[in-house]
This record gives sequence, C-alpha cells and structure tokens, in this order.
Amino acid sequence: MNPVNYVILSAVLFSIGAIGVLVRRNAIIVFMSVELMLNAANLAFVAFARINGILSGQVIAFFVMVVAAAEVVVGLAIIVQIFRTRRSVSIDEPNLLKH
Amino acid sequence: MNAAVQAGNVGETLVFWICAFFSVLGALGLIVSRKAVHSALWMALVMINLAILFVANSAPFLGMAQIVVYTGAVMMLFLFVLMMVGVDSSDSLIETIKGQRVAGILLGIGMGLLLVFGLGSALTNSTSVGLDAANGVDKGNVQGIAHLIFTDYLIPFEVTSALLITAALGAMVLAHRERWIPRLTQMQLSRARFAGSGHPGNLPNPGIYARHNAVDTPALLPDGSTTDLSIPGPLVARGGIRPVDHAEVDEVAAITDGGQS
Repeated sequence: MNPVNYVILSAVLFSIGAIGVLVRRNAIIVFMSVELMLNAANLAFVAFARINGILSGQVIAFFVMVVAAAEVVVGLAIIVQIFRTRRSVSIDEPNLLKH
Repeated sequence: MNAAVQAGNVGETLVFWICAFFSVLGALGLIVSRKAVHSALWMALVMINLAILFVANSAPFLGMAQIVVYTGAVMMLFLFVLMMVGVDSSDSLIETIKGQRVAGILLGIGMGLLLVFGLGSALTNSTSVGLDAANGVDKGNVQGIAHLIFTDYLIPFEVTSALLITAALGAMVLAHRERWIPRLTQMQLSRARFAGSGHPGNLPNPGIYARHNAVDTPALLPDGSTTDLSIPGPLVARGGIRPVDHAEVDEVAAITDGGQS
C-alpha cells in the first residue's frame, strides 16, 4: 500500500483538529483538539520515517509525545486554576487583561 | 514502491482503511459532540486507532507508547479534570464573534484541502524504502530507537528530562492553593450550626409506607402534612416528589379510630 495514504490521513486529522480549535469554546475540548493535531503530526513523522527508511522520524515522534505529555499537565493545571477563579472553562470568559 | 513492500500489503490496506475510518470518525465526534466527556471518549478512540496505525507503520515501540502515554495517562488526566470542572460543562451555542463558526470551518477545510492536495501531488511518485533495513541494524525497533536516542539525540533527550521536571513543578505550583483563613474548629462549626436559622439536627427520613418506601416519598408529620425536608434536595428541585396517597392515611386513621371506639 502506498504509504502516502498515511500522510494524507494525518493531514485530514490535523485539519479536523484545527477546526476544533477554531470553532469550539470549551477550553478542555480545544485542548483535546490540540492533542489531536499533535497526534496527526506524529503519524506524519512515522509515515515519513518509513518512506525514507530512517528511524529519526520515530525518535522525533517520541519527543513530540514527551513534550505533549508535559504540555497537557501544565495546560490542564492552568484550566483548573481558571475554573477555580471564574467558575467557567469557556475560553470567552478570561478577558481580564483586556481592560 | 518495492516488491517486498507490495507483496504482503492486503492486510495492511485493510488495517489502514478500517483504522482511518475510525480515527476520522472519532476526530469528527471529538469536535462535534457537545459534552466534553463524549469528546474525551471519541479522543480515546482516535488514539487507539492511531496506535494501531503506528504499529502497522513498523513503529511498534511508538504504538505501545501511544497507548500507554495517551490513552492511559493523558486521557485519564483529561477525565480527572473533567470531573473537577463538572462533567456537564457543555458549550453555549451563542456565537460571541459573528460568523466565527462558519469562518473557522471554512478555514479548516481550506487548510485540509491544501495539505491533502499539496502532499498528494508532491508524494505520488515517491517510493517507500521501508524500515526493515533500519530496524535490522540494531536487531529491533526498540533497540534502534534507543541507539539513536543515546547517540545522536542525547542532548535533546537530556533537555527533555529538565522539561518534565519543570512541568511537574509547574503543575504543582499551579494546582496549589494557599489557605487564607484559618480552619474552623469543631466548636466554631457547632456554634455556627445552632446560631443559624437552619436545621441543627438530622433531617427527617423519607416516608416509609407499605406501598412506597422510596426516597422520593416525603415523611408524614404528626398532623398529617408532609415535609419536603425529608426528600433529597435535587429531587425537590426537579419536582420529583411522589405525592402521599392521603386516602391511605385517612384509611389508617379511620381504622385506628374505629379500633379505639
């Protein structure tokens, strides 16, 4: 099977994640969409590693996973903190810095 | 595409299309479902299917890591936060910026088409080398990745450990809450309970009758009236109180009176 299919699948998933980030306003769902985009990028890395026959792509995907895990921890802590002060996870709410 | 890759690929084609279908379905469900919990479950579906695709792409280590790290740890973290924030925190459907939803969907689809056609036209004639040779150098995928991590990618790997420690510290600092007012003692709590206008003791139990002894049946007071205090608050708010059949009460009263007279 043509491994380009994997790259195209990853592009589709990346775009769906981007739509989720742009359209949804629940901070947790936005965050999950970001995770989906990271996963799609990982799939592209793995597919390209196979196309080129070099393992470096897989190592980079591994690093992306580690960074994503760290990012989830910090991001969710920030969301919990915002929820404690504003009692809401809508990303329209935190506009305190605006005025 | 070389012959070796082409030979045993009927199974892979099948795996690819099944997993591609389910991962796109899960991704669409993730962005469409209104409740965040449903989104989290769709996300888990996407991640498991991506793990299968990783394994199909001769990356067994990453597939397993995907299941352990994403489906196991990250999704559980999401679900924990959802439990703290409230599972029924759904989006409001009112747009604060006019036309944002349509514009977002159009931009996303546009980017998707650009990526798909760009990549598709750029890569159609590319041949896949395959990872059998690269995996064979160190006699295995895990060994090959380990070899790369501890030689070429040693510095990034060490920096990653600093990143993880920083993230853990940051999460602890963000989640920590200082206690501004001292903790109330038992005596203060008791004083507050009796000084207030509330009910100091236990609330009455729900009514227990021969026909209905459910929690939605209110207790009968000595004068024959019922009290809403005996019903759990949410049931009262929902109006889910079962009316006491006063015929039964009257009947019992009549029998008791008849016995006395």
